[in-house]
Amino acid sequence: MTTKPASEAVSTERRITIDPITRLEGHGRIEIFLNPEGDVENAYFQVPELRGFETFCEGRAVEDLAIITPRICGVCPEAHHMASTKALDGVFNVDPPPAAKKLRELLYSAFYVADHATHFYALSGPDFVVGPDASPAERNIIGVVHKVGLELGGEVLKHLELCHDVVAMIGGKYIHPVCGLPGGVSKPITEEERVKIEAIARSAVEFGKVSLKVLDDVVLANQGYVDLILSDTFTHKTYYMGLVDANNKVTFYDGMLRVVDPEGKEFAKFAPSDYLDHIAEHVEPWTYLKFPYLKALGWQGLIDGKDSGVYRVAPLARLNAADGMATPLAQAEYERMYSTLGGKPVHATLATHWARLVELVYAAERMLELATDPEITSPNVRTKLTATAGEGVGVVEAPRGVLIHHYQADEKGIARKINLIVGTAHNYAGIALSVRKAAQGLIKKGTVVTEGLLNRIEMAFRAYDPCFACATHSLPGRMPLIVSIYDAQGKVVEQLRRD
Amino acid sequence: MSKPKLALYWAASCGGCEIAVVRLYAKILDVADAFDIVLWPCIMDFKYKDVEVLPDKSIDLCLFNGAIRNSEQEHMAHLLREKSKVLVAFGACAHTGGIPGLANVADRETIFQRVYHDTPSTANGDGVRPQLSYQVPEGELTLPKFYDTVRTLAQVVPVEYFVPGCPPVKEQVEGVIQAVVEGRLPAPGSVVGASDKTVCDNCTRVREEKRIRRFYRPWEIVPDPSRCLLEQGVICAGPATRGGCGAPCLSVNMPCRGCYGPPPNVVDQGGKLLSALASIIDSQDPAEIERVVDAIPDVLGTCYLFGLPASLLRRVRLEGNALPAKEAVELAKAL
Repeated sequence: MTTKPASEAVSTERRITIDPITRLEGHGRIEIFLNPEGDVENAYFQVPELRGFETFCEGRAVEDLAIITPRICGVCPEAHHMASTKALDGVFNVDPPPAAKKLRELLYSAFYVADHATHFYALSGPDFVVGPDASPAERNIIGVVHKVGLELGGEVLKHLELCHDVVAMIGGKYIHPVCGLPGGVSKPITEEERVKIEAIARSAVEFGKVSLKVLDDVVLANQGYVDLILSDTFTHKTYYMGLVDANNKVTFYDGMLRVVDPEGKEFAKFAPSDYLDHIAEHVEPWTYLKFPYLKALGWQGLIDGKDSGVYRVAPLARLNAADGMATPLAQAEYERMYSTLGGKPVHATLATHWARLVELVYAAERMLELATDPEITSPNVRTKLTATAGEGVGVVEAPRGVLIHHYQADEKGIARKINLIVGTAHNYAGIALSVRKAAQGLIKKGTVVTEGLLNRIEMAFRAYDPCFACATHSLPGRMPLIVSIYDAQGKVVEQLRRD
Repeated sequence: MSKPKLALYWAASCGGCEIAVVRLYAKILDVADAFDIVLWPCIMDFKYKDVEVLPDKSIDLCLFNGAIRNSEQEHMAHLLREKSKVLVAFGACAHTGGIPGLANVADRETIFQRVYHDTPSTANGDGVRPQLSYQVPEGELTLPKFYDTVRTLAQVVPVEYFVPGCPPVKEQVEGVIQAVVEGRLPAPGSVVGASDKTVCDNCTRVREEKRIRRFYRPWEIVPDPSRCLLEQGVICAGPATRGGCGAPCLSVNMPCRGCYGPPPNVVDQGGKLLSALASIIDSQDPAEIERVVDAIPDVLGTCYLFGLPASLLRRVRLEGNALPAKEAVELAKAL
């Protein structure tokens, strides 16, 4: 293996493989092909795994899908449990009592606080808090704790644990909760539990404010970071999709799906049950994951812009697709974000981190609203089912984007047809675009900017999804990205590594 | 003295086992202190050659979660077996096949047909399917082979220990790590991080030795939260499931679904559950018992939700999805 200066290495090889990107369902792989001039000809982001839930859910008692489908993702099982339970409400054409819906949303809000905090502090935050140019050994949660202080580090861990306690209190288990049933939830909460949850929610709101201050002090106060966020390398003009409430405000648990165009104008707004009129999925022979796109525009390939059917989801997309936030602190931060970044929509992928904090604050505020709702301890948490099983679509906003569960059951309540489109899948095209753009921006005339390439490709990933992002920041501070450069015979001639 | 080397790997699973380790919260720092972590599924690269260059048996402890669904995972199972002194099947998928193991009701062709053709949102007029090797204009791209059958880790390589659960609960993960640090592991082949009794032993509900005349689906009944669910006609896998989880599902009035796998000395968890169900029916008449069992909507999913690959059935050969109740009863009798 040749050792070359970290800043650049001249390469005449034609192919670069990055094969350690972990992800939601296994490990991602990036293949970068160079042309004879040494510029990027194309880059492919492959997803090499499939588990086939759509098939083996068929034949199951339909209510079991709320237990089975959370195992699609152990990072956000709450999202699958909620989408599944809502799809089951549809299958049995039942409207759960208000307290049941509120308990589901309360569990979900607590989950959101924890999930977004995990991402900000442990996964993506290190890029900004510790700094994109800091040593990889420092760019992890421990580095964050060093930078922000042990006290705040302790606060982060404490709030993760408290929010998971809320999930377990309502859902039974803090990973893979089980409380959701068609028509409601399995158990009401007691006043004693409510008091505990209210205290946690109050603390979570304060924690949200502290997190905004961290963003302010560490990220926004540094013009270099702001420039990085807004740089062209991380910008794609695409459509955005998100769930909105009756006032077009961001909502996670229930609402209408709204799509805005790259100029921010409403392009479509539809009931989740009509998703098939608006979304289709494209199959490529080189990856196991399908590419969703807007049906009205068709699949034009992996390109951005107004004529392409590519759209994006998750925090920034949700804020772009909505008119604001439904709670006061989150709304104030929403306005500040857009005024700082030059108005709506924001196409800078890295602004997703800011959007995520806006949502964290919203989730905490919503958690407190629900925990203090007089109805939340109502014992009436189940609506009796009367209809024969049929068809239902359940949609929620998972932290990583719009999550669609679509079930058809026979008259005995056996699941017969299942369709699932998960958050990361909606963003697959966006991620692939970002990978290609980062590669094109960083590899010119055979010059591989090693550290920059690794960092920036990682950063593009992390903005979309912590499951990809896990590929870098975690205990105990190893960052093992490896780029292998092959010659025309497929022989490794050089390996650039950071570990 | 150098610290023991720890590896974690993630095969066909959801990542919840990873999260279960991460959610030791502050205690995760103790793990980082006690071990030299050489592989961490959330963060590590999976260049095979990087693992290949490690000396054999140089990893002291490997916590392997996930079932074996494709060729890449099988390769990694063999590789990590060679490199590890102690290989642990960590969590339900590695232990008994878990939820991904339910795919053994189908085969690759059925799954591909459904995912890439029949799903209503798929637009695939050209009949494109993922290929093991595909020539794009710029070169060749490859994908791992997707197998017909999902296997447990121990069905692929020898395993020293099994940690059950979907996912293993926090207290048990802490206990297992503590036991490793202190060198208190039992004889190889053991299940660790669980009890030697059933979930019923963890359950605080009152049992009255009542018998039932029919089973209810969870949405057909609001059960009394203080009484045994099975005695109220709600199918609960507690009697056929190893304890140690603390029965969290029962705490929210939902039944055990069996994620901790069979209790000691039980080979087939589903068969054990079926015999428990048959024995609680208030009848001596075989035809009556069969009628009540026959009303269970999906016997396979009910009895083998987390453990089809590890069961005596292993997989379904038929095109049809559900195991017919009659065959299930026969199986239960045979056990």
